[in-house]
Amino acid sequence: MSTTTAALNRRRRTASEKRRFIQPAFALAAAVLLLGVPFWLVISTAGKNQAEAFNPNLAPPSDWRLFENFAQVFDDGRMVTAFFGSLLVMVPAVFGVLLLGSMAAWVLGRRSSRGMAMVYALAISGIVLPPAVVTVVLLLRQLGLAGTAVGMIGVYMGMYLSTVIFFVTGFVRTIPPELEEAARVDGASPIKVFARIILPLLVPVLATATILICLYIWNDVFYALFVIGGRIDTLPLNLYQVASAGLYLQNWHLIFSYIILMSLPLLITFIVAQRKIISGITSGAVK
Amino acid sequence: MPALCVGTPFRKGTIMTASITSTRKEAPPQSTAPTPRPDRRHKDHPLWFLVPALIVLVVFFFIPTVFNFVYAFTDWSSFKSAINFIGTENFVSLFSNGTLLNSLKVTLIYAVLVAIFQNLFGLILALLLERDTKVNRAVRVAFFVPVIMSALAVGYIFQALLKPGGALNGILSFVSGSEVSIAWLGNTTWTIVVVALVHAWKWMGLSMLIYLAGLKTISEDVVEAAKIDGASWWATFRKIRFPLLAPAVTFNVATALLGSMNGFDIVQATTEGGPGGTTELLNIFIFRTFGQGLFAQATTMSLVLFLTVMILAFPLISILRKREDVL
Repeated sequence: MSTTTAALNRRRRTASEKRRFIQPAFALAAAVLLLGVPFWLVISTAGKNQAEAFNPNLAPPSDWRLFENFAQVFDDGRMVTAFFGSLLVMVPAVFGVLLLGSMAAWVLGRRSSRGMAMVYALAISGIVLPPAVVTVVLLLRQLGLAGTAVGMIGVYMGMYLSTVIFFVTGFVRTIPPELEEAARVDGASPIKVFARIILPLLVPVLATATILICLYIWNDVFYALFVIGGRIDTLPLNLYQVASAGLYLQNWHLIFSYIILMSLPLLITFIVAQRKIISGITSGAVK
Repeated sequence: MPALCVGTPFRKGTIMTASITSTRKEAPPQSTAPTPRPDRRHKDHPLWFLVPALIVLVVFFFIPTVFNFVYAFTDWSSFKSAINFIGTENFVSLFSNGTLLNSLKVTLIYAVLVAIFQNLFGLILALLLERDTKVNRAVRVAFFVPVIMSALAVGYIFQALLKPGGALNGILSFVSGSEVSIAWLGNTTWTIVVVALVHAWKWMGLSMLIYLAGLKTISEDVVEAAKIDGASWWATFRKIRFPLLAPAVTFNVATALLGSMNGFDIVQATTEGGPGGTTELLNIFIFRTFGQGLFAQATTMSLVLFLTVMILAFPLISILRKREDVL
């Protein structure tokens, strides 16, 4: 009996030793093939001159001019304005959905009645249902908000409140009500209970929601094209215009330089906070 | 707004009664009743907290959705100022010239393909990178980079990569030794598969993470017990681990399917709906017709998308949930 287990262990050990070399090799091969090729195409093309980049291929540039190309898109691509345009719609929208969403989620998570269940179902329906992108433009015109940052912020808030309410309501239900009771006994108003007790406890789930919604809004081009296209520049809108409609048509070195520059803010944030981001996103999905 | 003014004095009232009872009974108020009376609870979580969120939801989400059901039956366009009801004419014309069915078919095929590819790649990556080694952790982070990139940018990258004279054909020519010039984005049958693969490439990192989290929740003992019984890796995966991944599958399939029904960026950046409308998703059609000033037709398609997602979403989610319950 002991000899068989020993043999089994030995066999398992050699198998796992083999795996120790094969598995990383496969992992790295997958990364090189699936990620290395497209990313190298972007970086090498962004480093080429116009003639070399005309037909993008994997050959390295004869003369690296990455930073010259960066400087060129920075100067004539309206990139700075677009960057601030992106911030202008993203920051208030994210702040707004987090605040309004967690206020609503607190009440929805604490009260239980038929009516509340219905309000909750309606409030989270936006997670799956697509926004009515054409008629929202009509509505914004009637409200005098067409083409304005306020209109765009409102549209984003309407789209992503559902996500926040869904995440936060689930989280609120896990917070023991006794924590609130203690503050209430000391005479705290609901606003104080919410701001002093509940909001600080919601930080982990709000961080996850912030990441997801920043990701969606920073990269959104579809809704921006309808609501603020041509009025306010955001980075993806500007990329769409320069790449598809003129300035950089077929100028791949500039398109790819633009893509690198516009991806940097999120990329740097992600690299700095990758552990928190990854654990935040995964904790919400699998319960 | 009036709810806000009403809420505050009520609150003061409760504080006053609470302090009165506590002085009279000489006991801490929380011990008076283990479960607070319902009216008291309601004041603790006032309804006006819901109001700002509901206003935003109603104005920017529900009213436009209701408008969808109204303006799809009008002749709203940029060519005239008046808007008149014309009944189901938009539906009839979009149906009879084939665009409605074509876009609907393309959208559904795209969504199903994306859901299959994204989950397949995500699951394979999760299994490949399951162990917590340094290499695996680095590779996982790398596979998450496409997720945080703009979908439009991903589309442009693949447009360059998949051109007839592009990098992919260059690699294939190098490997095969003969000139390869496949028009990956110019085939009326297969291009939809190619763009679905690009979409899956962008999001597979997210599916991978969620499958990894799901795999982590499976207890070591169960897998170890199966191994001792002599079950192969594949048998263990198929019979034990995959069924236990049900919650992750639910999340991934539902988000991939419903998210790609709402797709736009990648297809717009690679094919713009071509060749010959074979990759024209509903959202591409909506964007194009809106740009032409045919607002009512765009609204009609938006309504079709809304109804399709609604019809699919609720049964889909309940089927996937039921599968979880069985386990």
